[in-house]
Amino acid sequence: MTSPEAPYDRGAFGDPKAVAGLAARIEEAARNLGRPATFMEVCGTHTNAIAAAGLRRLLPRSIRLIAGPGCPVCVTPVGYVDRAEALARRSGTIVCTFGDMLRVPSSTGSLERVRAEGGDVRVVYSPRDAVDMARRNPSHRVVFLGVGFETTAPTVAAALDEAEATAVSNFLVLSGHKVMPPPLRALASDPEVAVDGLLCPGHVSVITGWRAFAFLSEEYGLAAVVVGFTPTDVMRGVLDLVRQMAEGRPEVVNLYSRVVTADGNTRAKALVERYFTPEDQIWRGFGAIPASGLGLRPEFAHRDASLIEVDVCDPVEPEGCRCGEVLKGSINPPECPLFGRECTHESPVGACMVSSEGTCAAWYRHERFSQGGAP
Amino acid sequence: MKDLDRILLAHGGGGKLTAQLVRDAFLPALGNPALAALSDAAILPELPPGRPALTTDAFVVDPPVFPGGDLGYLSVCGTVNDLAVSGAKPLWLTWALILEEGLEGGMLETFVAGAARAASEAGISIVAGDTKVVPKGKGDKAFAVTAGLGIVPPGSDLGDHRIEEGDVLLVSGPIAEHGATVVACRHGMAGPGLASDCRPLASLASALLECGAEVHAMHDPTRGGVATTCNEVAGRRGLRCVIEESSVPLRREVAAVCELLGLDPLYVACEGRLLAWVAARDAQRALHALKSHPQGRDAAILGGMEPGREGASAVVLKTRYGSNRPLDYLAGSEVPRIC
Repeated sequence: MTSPEAPYDRGAFGDPKAVAGLAARIEEAARNLGRPATFMEVCGTHTNAIAAAGLRRLLPRSIRLIAGPGCPVCVTPVGYVDRAEALARRSGTIVCTFGDMLRVPSSTGSLERVRAEGGDVRVVYSPRDAVDMARRNPSHRVVFLGVGFETTAPTVAAALDEAEATAVSNFLVLSGHKVMPPPLRALASDPEVAVDGLLCPGHVSVITGWRAFAFLSEEYGLAAVVVGFTPTDVMRGVLDLVRQMAEGRPEVVNLYSRVVTADGNTRAKALVERYFTPEDQIWRGFGAIPASGLGLRPEFAHRDASLIEVDVCDPVEPEGCRCGEVLKGSINPPECPLFGRECTHESPVGACMVSSEGTCAAWYRHERFSQGGAP
Repeated sequence: MKDLDRILLAHGGGGKLTAQLVRDAFLPALGNPALAALSDAAILPELPPGRPALTTDAFVVDPPVFPGGDLGYLSVCGTVNDLAVSGAKPLWLTWALILEEGLEGGMLETFVAGAARAASEAGISIVAGDTKVVPKGKGDKAFAVTAGLGIVPPGSDLGDHRIEEGDVLLVSGPIAEHGATVVACRHGMAGPGLASDCRPLASLASALLECGAEVHAMHDPTRGGVATTCNEVAGRRGLRCVIEESSVPLRREVAAVCELLGLDPLYVACEGRLLAWVAARDAQRALHALKSHPQGRDAAILGGMEPGREGASAVVLKTRYGSNRPLDYLAGSEVPRIC
């Protein structure tokens, strides 16, 4: 798109000529490699960026890009949403959430529906807005739905820090936070998953540091790159993964060094550690993964909304939904019998269709027409 | 306006306070003979020759005052624009307000002044109005409801039914400015360079219609933005609309806000831009006409209409990288209450 004053672009990172150049080099490298390759990206923003720029169509047929469990909303289990709904239905409780969670199907409906029925659900853009909400509503309990990866957890920890420091006693968190290395380890050791290399999550790596992903190459022999989100970033990443395969020397290469370091953001990590502790978490589609989540430390039990007693039934997973396999990368969205039929962006069944960063939503919006020919 | 500190329920009760409100707040700003009669209905002069065009609209924008406009200005512009892009010359509007008890008097003054300014810019009269007040907590500050009457000149026939394969699509200026500004305000992200594009389009539309180009249809891409409007048009005509990403005019500030909030500018509302479908041979003439008007300086050719394809998206964006990206209808409401 252009600006009337000056050309608007993403600088050199979005330069179409650079992208075309990289596409040609990938084509050549893939030909020399002589066998097909499958790369997985594990960040919802990558999923969307790849789809929005139509990058799949610039890659040779032998290179397949698939989306892993990179969307925090998608991997949030039904039971978590059920609990959030039950909290929103309680009088005197305000549930604050990022907008994406509103439409996530629960066992019986969604937070959007609970809100229409009179439940108090508010959309915020920052956990600190929820602290403000708590301050302005001293007679209410304000519960923030903490959903997200290593990138979101520090902002929630900062909100907790603010609430502690300023004695806002009615601010609580329902933690559904997750961390990325454990599911990647689970994927890497899962025989069902046939992946040659990983595009590691750029934002998460800013916090964790790229070394957090070194085990992928060191223990599992997978090619890996840490990349940013512009088209040139992603294309450079793909090219490097092909190179690593061709040379037979898998390693984690940091191609996002403009913001990612080896050890990440130590201050953010310390803040998270102060309030959270690793706990087993259920990932939609994967089941429970040890130490893959972040629960509130016992000394902050007064901030822990999971300790509030509510009536919730056993969670009901939507029937026929293959979100789990989509998240593992073992099928593409169109292979799910519900995709585009019962499950659409307008009326989502599985969580992968709900979030705009979800694999199925991105596919539905950007890629589905390429299934039966060009869009 | 005298002593109007806060809106009270009685201001909408039809009694003394209502009369005072009309006399002190509305008449001085909006005054015209039809309104000043204060009768149950405005009795209007005979319509000029042509076919009458009638539209109605409701406005619930939050916040009701934003850089580049306010509820009053927006509501008059929005109504005028619906008439203008239909090829009608806007003539008369009705304007009703639903106010929440306790609204600051100053805010009402802003709305009335905004409506008056828009009416004057568009060359129309507000000939009838109404005010109701709802108890505190039963509304959100203020809502506006309008109706607009215009006239389509004899011989003029504008509409989607005339859009053909090969037509060129033009936009009159940078997109997404209204929606991005309003949403930015809500999140405390408003700043220099960010203002609504809200403006009456009557004069720009007639400049385009009078330039001699064969204009087939016009639309104002409000809710749902350019992508949604193009979907409606392409769907109705069974054609496919192709947009060149590199041609879409977009200001840096707007692009930045959209990126921060995860919005696609192609789906974000404009309130002062028009889309025009023009016969291919007249595209440059139409572009020149738009660019020669102060409101169309940054006009651009966005793309054009191709034959429809079974099972494929009705709107396609040709990305800067040479790939195609379908632009579907938006699911749900990504940004509620922007107009």
